[in-house]
Order: sequence, then structure tokens, then C-alpha cells
Amino acid sequence: VATADHNVPTIEQHLPIKEELGRVQVETLKKNCATHEIELYGLGHPYQGIVHVIGPELGITQPGMTIVCGDSHTSTHGAFGAIAFGIGTSEVEMVFATQCLLQSKPKQMRININGELKKGVLSKDIVLYILSKISSSGATGYAVEYAGSTISNLSMEARMTVCNMSIEMGARCGLIAPDETTFKYIHGRAFAPKGTDWVHALQYWQTLKSDEDALFDEEININAAAIEPMITYGTNPGMGVGVNGLVPSEKEMDEKERASFIKAMNYMGIAPGGAIKGQKIDYVFIGSCTNSRIEDLRLVADFVKGKQKSDDVEVWVVPGSKQVEQQAIAEGIDKIFSAAGFQLRQPGCSACLGMNEDKIPAGKYCISTSNRNFEGRQGAGSRTLLASPLMAAAAAITGRVTDVSEML
Amino acid sequence: MSKSKVDTIQSSFVPLNIENVDTDQIIPARFLKGTTRDGFGKNLFRDWRYENDDEAKPRPGFVLNQPEYHGKILVAGKNFGCGSSREHAAWSILDYGFTAVVSSFFADIFKNNALNNGVLPVTVSEFFLQKIFEQDNEATLTINLPNQTIVIDTTGAKESFEINAYKKECLLKGYDDIDYLLSIKNDIEVFEKTQQY
Ligand code: SF4
Repeated sequence: VATADHNVPTIEQHLPIKEELGRVQVETLKKNCATHEIELYGLGHPYQGIVHVIGPELGITQPGMTIVCGDSHTSTHGAFGAIAFGIGTSEVEMVFATQCLLQSKPKQMRININGELKKGVLSKDIVLYILSKISSSGATGYAVEYAGSTISNLSMEARMTVCNMSIEMGARCGLIAPDETTFKYIHGRAFAPKGTDWVHALQYWQTLKSDEDALFDEEININAAAIEPMITYGTNPGMGVGVNGLVPSEKEMDEKERASFIKAMNYMGIAPGGAIKGQKIDYVFIGSCTNSRIEDLRLVADFVKGKQKSDDVEVWVVPGSKQVEQQAIAEGIDKIFSAAGFQLRQPGCSACLGMNEDKIPAGKYCISTSNRNFEGRQGAGSRTLLASPLMAAAAAITGRVTDVSEML
Repeated sequence: MSKSKVDTIQSSFVPLNIENVDTDQIIPARFLKGTTRDGFGKNLFRDWRYENDDEAKPRPGFVLNQPEYHGKILVAGKNFGCGSSREHAAWSILDYGFTAVVSSFFADIFKNNALNNGVLPVTVSEFFLQKIFEQDNEATLTINLPNQTIVIDTTGAKESFEINAYKKECLLKGYDDIDYLLSIKNDIEVFEKTQQY
């Protein structure tokens, strides 16, 4: 299947796309899909949305599959116990031509997270915490399995958030063994197996877990209770701290990293060594394939109900798919948002990557639930602080980086 | 799409002594909207090259704007090409005129994308990388793909590098994966016919 996500506008989607090149791209997709008989969920289709949201939502993503897509966040689908990874355009061509792809065996890493999460801590915080510990290249060359009681207790949508950001550690892919939660989630979805097919599939899926005595090239253990609501301060996703923590100072950097660090801090306009809490925010973006599913929207709606956004922030909530949008409207979430001054937009990648019409102006601070805070990611000169949907919502209310757990 | 062959490259180089250069820096997302592979070189490192996205305002401090640095080899800090799977990163580097990138560490997807497009990623030790950065703009490097070695010509310092044997063959012949398969089509057909199920 194919869909339109990266380049689509998120307002007035029924009108022709204003940006010339984006329109040509979407039209080329339409034409190519028609010629080659590929099902396309384009703009206006009830299934349209971000590829990593609709795959699971439609039950296309299933345990044991090998899934590739020309987008690095394909790792998201690993939450179902699938081997899923992003590939480049030439590799996509290869897959279309032969259904095969030459791969070298990655090293294996297991990250075990055990224990109860603190109040206000979401799965996004887990993955930002891991990143802050192992850095944005800490898992390069590895396939990562996330395990432990904390992970088993997460919902499917929360698991997707964790696997989504595997690529930010450099990992080839990230996965979680499928369990009852997984099977329940898939059951009854549009493309899920039905009848006896379902019974057979289930039998197979139940076998998909690491052996008790499996050996990993590297194993990392994390105590869930140590994780605070996280926020990033720099220009790669590994540059994060707990919201009550301090931005590192130049002195703490080893010599080789110092130049990159200073460059990042200058770009961000954030003082090394200081607190991140209280940092002024101009934009709030709740969306992207990391955090734009219905649970994310529900959590935010619960939190903002009866509250008002700060006057000087602009707040965009962009659902990951048409179905999420429709569900949100059915549950009255749209009304809660508009009462709070949050704009609920139409589905797409939106401000995650500054490739469509939603961009953050130069020099402005945006707290974002997406996955990348690279220089210029959300528009030339934009400054991105990555956080969970709750942290983003809290900042929307106060206009500053705030510890959401104090507001719960 | 067949490409030009890569064999031995002797050239001056452009030093980009920055770590974690991500794909959004190599080519910002707003320039990804071409539907062909050409013309991305002019937007390579766009936001580092120009002030306020204005081609009339190059940033003099950025190495691509310093004419004394040029050549077919880009030398960059650790973890080059992290971030997205956009193959445009490799296309823009090639389109700009680089045929090899040297670093002490490459992100996985970028490395594959580079190899698939005839850009040779050369992984050297951190020590050797720093030796290269110590050279001045007159220095040249020789990268010998058949022997898998890289030499700093001025000092004679030499290191060998690893490359997947299959990818090496593709680069030497100017093949991408599909060209390669087509080149052994007869063998595949024979195999299919003789295989018993
Ligand atoms: S939401 Fe962002 S990260 Fe996800 S697929 Fe779209 S552009 Fe990529």
C-alpha cells in the first residue's frame, strides 16, 4: 500500500496543494500507483495518514513480518515483533523489482526496562532517557529488543513510540516480542487475518520471542523509577535531560565533542550548565509518527480539559491519520482542544520535518512530540525541544518548559 | 541506474570537522521534493552554506565557501549521515562532485545509500581521521579501492579499510544491485531450471 504523508498540507486538504513541488510529488505518486496497481490511500481517503500510523491501525503490520519502507521510522512497526527497517530509494527499487534485499546480520542488543514508571512519565520519556544514556549513535549496527516488565505493561501505541525512535540511536531496527496486548490490538482490524487464518496466525505469533538463554552482543538494564519527564536541549535526540536536570556544561564534554556541543548550544540559544525548566516556548507541536495516535490525543485532552493555552504560544495538534482524526471528533476531543485554544489540524507529517506548509520560523522555540531536533528540521533556523505529549501540553498551558508531573 | 565506476581516487579534500552530521544538514527536507535524482548538489549543506537561506549571502566560515578547499573527497567527523533514510543525502554529495566520504564512523542507512549510488564511504580510525584534519589545504589523499587502502600523500601515512566484497565489486564495475542481478541473469535462470522442489 501507499499513502501521502510527508509533503501534504494539514489545513484545507480538499483544495489543490499550494506548493508546486509537493503537488507534483503527490500527483506522481498517484499516477505511479495507478500504473502499477498499488493501493493508494491518498488525500481524502478515509485510511490516509502517516505510513507508520496507518500500517498498525489497519492491521497490515503483523508479528513475524519483514517490513521495509523508504522512511527511517519504519522501525515503529517493530512494536509488533516484526523486523522493520527504513531503506533508501535504490533499495525500494530493488524490493519492487525482486522482493529481495541483501542484508548483513546486525549485532544484537537487548534493553531491559523494569519497574513502575513515575507519575507523568510516558513511553516517550523512556526512549528519550535511553537516548540520553547511550547517545544518538549508541546502537549503530545493532538490532535492538526492548524487554522487561515496564515494556510488557505498555499499550501497543506506547510501544510504537519506543520502537519509532530506535533509529535515533542508530539502530537498524527495534522490536518488542508480541504478547496478548499485541494480539488483542490486531484482532478485528481491517487487514487482520480472520477465522481459521486468525487461529493459525496466532499459533505462529506465539512462538515469536527470544529464547530464555539467548545471548546478546550487548545488554542494558534500566530502572523505570529513575526516569523523569524528559526534554531535549540540543540538536540531536541524544541531547536530553530530565526536566528538573541541568543542561551539561562545556567542562563536562570531552575534548572532541566540545566543538559540536558549543555549535549546538549556540544554534539553540540555550546556556550550557543552566536549568532547562522555565525555557520560553513559542510553538507546540503534538503529532508525528512518534506521538499522534488516539491515545496520545486522549491523554492530552484529559490534561488540558478546562485549561487555557498561554497567550503567546501557537499550538498545533496533528492526528496521525484520518481514522485518528475521526475518532477524536467522535469522542469530542476536538471541542476540548478548541476550548483550550489548541488547533486540531488534518492528518500528515506536518511540522515534524518542514517539508510541507507547516514550518516553525527561524529562531523560534518549538516543544515537539516528534523524533528529531536536528538543526532546521522543523524549518530553517527553527529550534526544537523534543518531549512527550504531556510535557508538550504542559508547556502549551504555561508557555514555558514545565514539569508536567507537578500539574497532575 | 548504472553509475560511473569507482577505482582509485587521488584528490585534495574538503575537511568538515564536525561530528554527528545528520541528513537534515546534508540536505534539508524542504529540498527533497524532486522526483528525479539530479540537481541536489546545489542544496548540499544548504543551511550551513548560506545565511537565511539566501544564495547571495554565503557564510564565509563554512568550508564549502572557502575556495582553497576543494576536491573529490569529503572528510567528516564521527557518525556521519545519521538521521533519515533519505537517499537524497547521497545524491547531493555525489551531485556536488564528491566520490568518496572519509569518516571514523558512518550511520548504517547512509552507508548503504552511498554504496548504492557510487559514493565510496571510507571508515578510518579516529587517530587517522585526526591526522587528515591536521593537514593543510595543499594535501592530497589517495584512496585505492582494489587494495582497500587510504594514504595521506604528503606524509605517507596509510591505513586499510573494510568494505563488503559484493559492494566493492559493484563499485568497481559501476553496478547497482539491479545491474548486478541482471549481469548474472543467465545463472539465475539456470539455477531456477535445475532446482528441484
Ligand atoms: S512524522 Fe516525521 S518522522 Fe514520521 S514519517 Fe513523517 S516526517 Fe518521518
